[in-house]
Amino acid sequence: MVSPLDRKLLRDLWRIKGQAAAIGVVIAVGVAMLVMMSGLVTSLVQTRDAYYDRYRLADIFAPATRAPDRLAHRMAAIDGVSAVEPRVTGSALVDLPGLDLPVQAQAVSLPDLSAPRVNDVFLTDGRMIDSDHADEILLLRSFARAHGLRPGDRISATMNGARHGFRIVGLAQSPEFLYTTAPGELIPDDARFGVLWMSRSALSAAYDMEGAFNEALLTLAHGANEAAVLDAVDRLLAPYGGTGAYPVADQTSNRFVSEEISGLEASSAAVPPIFLGVAAFLLYIVISRMVQSEREEIGLMKAFGYTDTEVGVHYFKLVMAVAVGGALAGCLLGIAGGRALVEVYVIYYKFPFLLFQLDPASFAAGVSVSILSASGGGLLVLRRVFLLTPAAAMRPPTPPDYSRAGNIGRALNAWLDQPSRMVLRRITRQPGRMAGAVIGIACGMALSASMITIYAAFDRTIDLTFNVMDRSDVTVSFTNALSDMAVFELRRDDSVILAEPRRHVPAVFRNGLNSHRGVITGIPPGARLGRALDSQQAEIPLPASGIVLSTALADILNVRPGDRLTVEMREGRQPTLQIPVTAVAESLLGAPAYMNLAALNRALGEPGRMSGVLLAIDRDRAPALYAALRNMPMVAGVSLKSEAEAAFLKTMNTGAGAIRYVMGAIAFVITFGIVYNAARIAHAERYRDLASLRVIGFTRAETAFVLLGELAVVTLAALPLGSLLGHYLSFAIAAGFSSELYQIPTIFDPPSHGFAAIVVIGAAAVSGWLVKRDIDRADLVSALKTRE
Amino acid sequence: METLTFRTRELAKVYGEGRSAVHALRGVDLDIPKGEIVVLLGPSGSGKSTLLNIIGGLDRATGGDAFFRDRNLTAMTDRELTRYRRDHVGFVFQFYNLMPSLTARENVELVTEIARDPMDPDTALAMVGLHDRVDHFPAQLSGGEQQRVAIARAVAKNPTVLLCDEPTGALDSTTGRAVLNVLKNVNEKLGATVLIVTHAASQAAMADRVIHFADGGIRKIEINETKLAPEEIEW
Ligand SMILES: Nc1ncnc2c1ncn2[C@@H]1O[C@H](COP(=O)(O)OP(=O)(O)OP(=O)(O)O)[C@@H](O)[C@H]1O
Ligand SMILES: [Mg+2]
Repeated sequence: MVSPLDRKLLRDLWRIKGQAAAIGVVIAVGVAMLVMMSGLVTSLVQTRDAYYDRYRLADIFAPATRAPDRLAHRMAAIDGVSAVEPRVTGSALVDLPGLDLPVQAQAVSLPDLSAPRVNDVFLTDGRMIDSDHADEILLLRSFARAHGLRPGDRISATMNGARHGFRIVGLAQSPEFLYTTAPGELIPDDARFGVLWMSRSALSAAYDMEGAFNEALLTLAHGANEAAVLDAVDRLLAPYGGTGAYPVADQTSNRFVSEEISGLEASSAAVPPIFLGVAAFLLYIVISRMVQSEREEIGLMKAFGYTDTEVGVHYFKLVMAVAVGGALAGCLLGIAGGRALVEVYVIYYKFPFLLFQLDPASFAAGVSVSILSASGGGLLVLRRVFLLTPAAAMRPPTPPDYSRAGNIGRALNAWLDQPSRMVLRRITRQPGRMAGAVIGIACGMALSASMITIYAAFDRTIDLTFNVMDRSDVTVSFTNALSDMAVFELRRDDSVILAEPRRHVPAVFRNGLNSHRGVITGIPPGARLGRALDSQQAEIPLPASGIVLSTALADILNVRPGDRLTVEMREGRQPTLQIPVTAVAESLLGAPAYMNLAALNRALGEPGRMSGVLLAIDRDRAPALYAALRNMPMVAGVSLKSEAEAAFLKTMNTGAGAIRYVMGAIAFVITFGIVYNAARIAHAERYRDLASLRVIGFTRAETAFVLLGELAVVTLAALPLGSLLGHYLSFAIAAGFSSELYQIPTIFDPPSHGFAAIVVIGAAAVSGWLVKRDIDRADLVSALKTRE
Repeated sequence: METLTFRTRELAKVYGEGRSAVHALRGVDLDIPKGEIVVLLGPSGSGKSTLLNIIGGLDRATGGDAFFRDRNLTAMTDRELTRYRRDHVGFVFQFYNLMPSLTARENVELVTEIARDPMDPDTALAMVGLHDRVDHFPAQLSGGEQQRVAIARAVAKNPTVLLCDEPTGALDSTTGRAVLNVLKNVNEKLGATVLIVTHAASQAAMADRVIHFADGGIRKIEINETKLAPEEIEW
């Protein structure tokens, strides 16, 4: 038989079901977020690793100019190397019907007779190439999709100055090309960079590489010393134009995917705990107020001789039903949400399969935080009640002492009506309770305000990057560094308003143990189109010696202006320099480094060179310019800023950044939940008072005003506090969203806070309306009958 | 002295401090022999409920001693007081204090559940004439019916002492007499000592002992040589 106490428990739960559900939802959403995000990150990491493993992605990439095949055997003999695959790669320009400009692509060889030992491909459509037919290629599936190409289609491409016709026999994916980024660009774009696989023999013929390779791929045995292998490979390749072997960690696509995943990891480390903390705080407040309102019943049970433990266990069950129920619902919700998200991201990251994995620690954390905060709130009150004698605890609703409030209000009494006075007195008389409600709603406001600020910060990042920092319209890049006289040729074109040379040089930056493989951008003095800017958007002059680092790079390397940096340039004669860092530039995209163009050229011993040009153009005449560029030799690629901006926007809105929308939605749910709970609990506490008011002749509206007025005052008081909290919160959240790929600096953004205030006020209005319905429906007789 | 159920000496209770202090009890000396029916009379605010709360172990005195048999209640720990209430005391409160979320029977079960030697809840409810309302919730009962549930709840545990704060205050005299009859039965059959606080002076006729209370102290104690049966009392 169910004991009467347990029956009471069930009935009480049923009675407070609205409130219990409202609390449960808030805690559920907080827990769900934690479970979902950590599951997402765990699953993506697992899936990525499994994909790399199954398709034997190289541990080391070793580019060279031209190395004889026999060198591969010597690499295989290096201690710790488990497999070597020499291959040929080269850049190509693909002509596609209907496009003004050719698209850059990379041609990659596959062994003629066998599957590659390293860097295998995953054939998604069509068939593998037959090395007997030199014109057969596999095309990267995402690129093919972006241009509507299918197996059986023919395309033509320029390789090594000669035009070739190809037949697409299959589409493939590869862990090496999850992301494709055109050389010199920071943002991946499926459409603007392609990969095509050909037989080794055909590609060697096109690039004069018979009997040689220009890139070696290595996998390492378990426990191998990566640094030692890198050194040994570099030594072997040095005579053959090796530009430095690098680990997979520095490989472009992997770096991007890993940065994206660690971006998710960072935001999942930063944001869900904040949300869960807010939910837990709410749980604490609401539970303590809920137990508080049970004070008389607690006293009564004690009067019958129930021990503190028995009473405590009873309420503990009640509280746990709400908290654990909510937390478990949150776990389920988190699993479902995590699964759905992983599926979205798996498609986005182009993983061919999915390993869904949950993080048990997140369940444990979510459930125990809920239990702790709920039992904390419950126990605190129980302890206070237990300290009272049963007689005191049971005393019929002790009319709270409003005598002190009377003094405060006296001056106002003259022009306040009775209900307003009641609102005012309650607020001034129960400051602790009101403060709890204000802080709770302020937390809700803070969540919404900070998430909306983050939305604005993403927009600001795009705006600053593409309208303030980069003012060019077109970027032209060349196959090799050319004489900067070519700029004059471009300037002669009618459509060109401004043309400025740039030079991009790959380099490895080192400071102590910190290093980064990146690019130095050489900028001429007085450049207008793309400059190094400080945080106030003022131009940073580039001195004749020294280097300016972006904030992201300075953070990675842990250097400050004035420090000296070791820079190993990976081009030409590959000089290694000690350069002072002269300033740190605000950059929101990637982790660039800037030098004076002349100084960079001097360091390389190649004066007057450039590798690309930035153009500001007259857009009406663009087609003529494109036609001219198409016929210019040495042009490796032309990219339009509008396309880059679109690609960036897409990256931020579909990649790790997209999670902000999920988080924003959750923030709104929590905000609403908090406000609604505040209204509900106030109603529960004053149910009897309100019924009495109705009985003595107050109208419904007047009665509701007593409660809603309180809610309004509390809500308004919470707004500035919430705004302040939200401002600080937005820094933490922005840090979670910023990665090496892009930074999301936040500033105080009044419209975002205004919008959040509207959200909170809206939530208060809806909650007030819901509660008012209950006030209107109150059964006066039964409300007054029990527990007189 | 085993024949006394309660004995108080200099029992005092002060609510609050300083200027706003209320002296609810000002040194009460009282002996209540075992098995008696005692009626407490006195004006509102004279401290009757306060006295009942203290000897029932619900509240603590601020001065003096209160003994239950030979045990000093004022020296007991909270745990001992709990044990005492659980094992010995049945309460009928001035405000009925039913659990609104429990039915009449369940309200009684709440007490029989933890009692040592309880009666059947339905029997207790039948004793107060509520056998056909056992499954109703407090909100579905009249004030008098709620009070009768409260009485059933108090007697159902077969208490050693039954402390009743205005048990008939909300009842018409017929029902009131039935309730007093229940109290008398509990006294006679179980040998429970029964204390009844009432404003109806005529109810004093059913008591062995009548205590007149005023201003936190005892004014007068009367011993009834002959008691009337509740049926014979009018108020
Ligand atoms: N919690 C309290 N705080 C302050 N004063 C109290 C408290 N409880 C009771 N009193 C005061 O103690 C005095 C005695 O109260 P008590 O409830 O014992 O009176 P009573 O004789 O039972 O009256 P009634 O017949 O109206 O029930 C009263 O003056 C009352 O105002
Ligand atoms: Mg009283």
